[in-house]
Amino acid sequence: MHTVVTALYYLLTAYVAVMLVWNFLKRKNWQEEALYVIVLIPFLLRLLRLK
Amino acid sequence: MMRKVLIAALGAALAVTAGLSFYRSRHLAEPVVAGPGVTRVVKLGDYFGPIRGTVNDANVYILEGRESGGTVLLLGGTHPEEPAGRLAAWIFAEAAAIARGRLIIIPTANRSASTATRLGGAYPPDFTVPTAWGGQTFRMGDRWSNPLDQWPDPEVYLHYPTRQELAYVDVRNLNRAFPGRPNGTLTERTCYAIIELIRREKVDIAIDFHEAELQYPVISTIVAHEKGADLAAAASMFISSVEGFAIGVENSPKALRGLSHREIGDATDAISLLLEAPEPFLDATRGRTDRALLLTGKDEFVVRAGRRGLLFEKIDEAGWPIDVRVGRHTSTVLQILEIWSGDHPDRAVEVSGVPRYTEVVEKGVGAFLKDPKTAPAEKVFFE
Repeated sequence: MHTVVTALYYLLTAYVAVMLVWNFLKRKNWQEEALYVIVLIPFLLRLLRLK
Repeated sequence: MMRKVLIAALGAALAVTAGLSFYRSRHLAEPVVAGPGVTRVVKLGDYFGPIRGTVNDANVYILEGRESGGTVLLLGGTHPEEPAGRLAAWIFAEAAAIARGRLIIIPTANRSASTATRLGGAYPPDFTVPTAWGGQTFRMGDRWSNPLDQWPDPEVYLHYPTRQELAYVDVRNLNRAFPGRPNGTLTERTCYAIIELIRREKVDIAIDFHEAELQYPVISTIVAHEKGADLAAAASMFISSVEGFAIGVENSPKALRGLSHREIGDATDAISLLLEAPEPFLDATRGRTDRALLLTGKDEFVVRAGRRGLLFEKIDEAGWPIDVRVGRHTSTVLQILEIWSGDHPDRAVEVSGVPRYTEVVEKGVGAFLKDPKTAPAEKVFFE
């Protein structure tokens, strides 16, 4: 059960990471682009099992 | 487009820099040079198969004397962010010689917790104890198992088997998960494996090393299961009169579940004791949270809190150096062993070669750490 829940959370993390990248690509001003990149970092680190 | 590439590159640089730091910290190899008393090193997974091969398949150092006697278990790293406990276990593993009985030492009881630091706490990833041969670096660690190994946390953590509701984050706290369960979380399975070890090895006394913030009332003390109340009281009296420092005794509360001093004593035949030393690094009022604070225990803000009567332990500009904290642990264990052996000659555990408080304070912890580069390869193990 723990393994299934953990796998679902990784899927959620990947989904949010993809959405962040999508929003980054759609933004038109640099402040919002920088914001999306910074918010993306912890999601990437979790997906890569670094933090 | 060029702007997006530049911002993405900056983000990637940040992610790589942070990721490398986290990776190095998680995989830092900490050498233990098995001392004269170590007769074999096994794994925690040998006592409970499902732990085998996981991050918490800890090294178990078994030190056996020529004459039979009792068995004492030393647990370091239940909370790795309390480093005096791990260092005291290290010194016993590297220095102790056993004449009678057995010592079983687990320097890193929750290895997963030793591979992360507190989220948002700005903790240093590691620290170095100076030695004559250059210094030994240890992982800083955390109080809780690494979320990479056990995630997510539940909304509510119900302790097994009592169903007492504890703080949700303590689902990853080894000292809130005893006695554990075989099909539980990684933290619960680790506790279960330790309980299995205690049962199979017929441990007489289990001693769990800890440190506490000075704002916490359970500090500078031996927390004792009722089976060990007399032993702890006698140790407290002897230590306070001959070792050069004072230590109190607290009864293990029956209403607070999951802690080693309560559950090990309830679930096994062993006497369970927990030792607390003062660690200003953990105090909420501390200033800069860096390696110096971890090792010196000096912090002007904690001192100010003490002047205002907000602490349960004294502190001044001298702080609480790591040598003092480790020395308290080694002397306390030695006193417990001596009193136990005097009262139970058939279950005695006689240990030599381990420095006491005054010697650790005088020479420093580093004087008792062995250089892995000059040790025979078969004597070196990695935590």
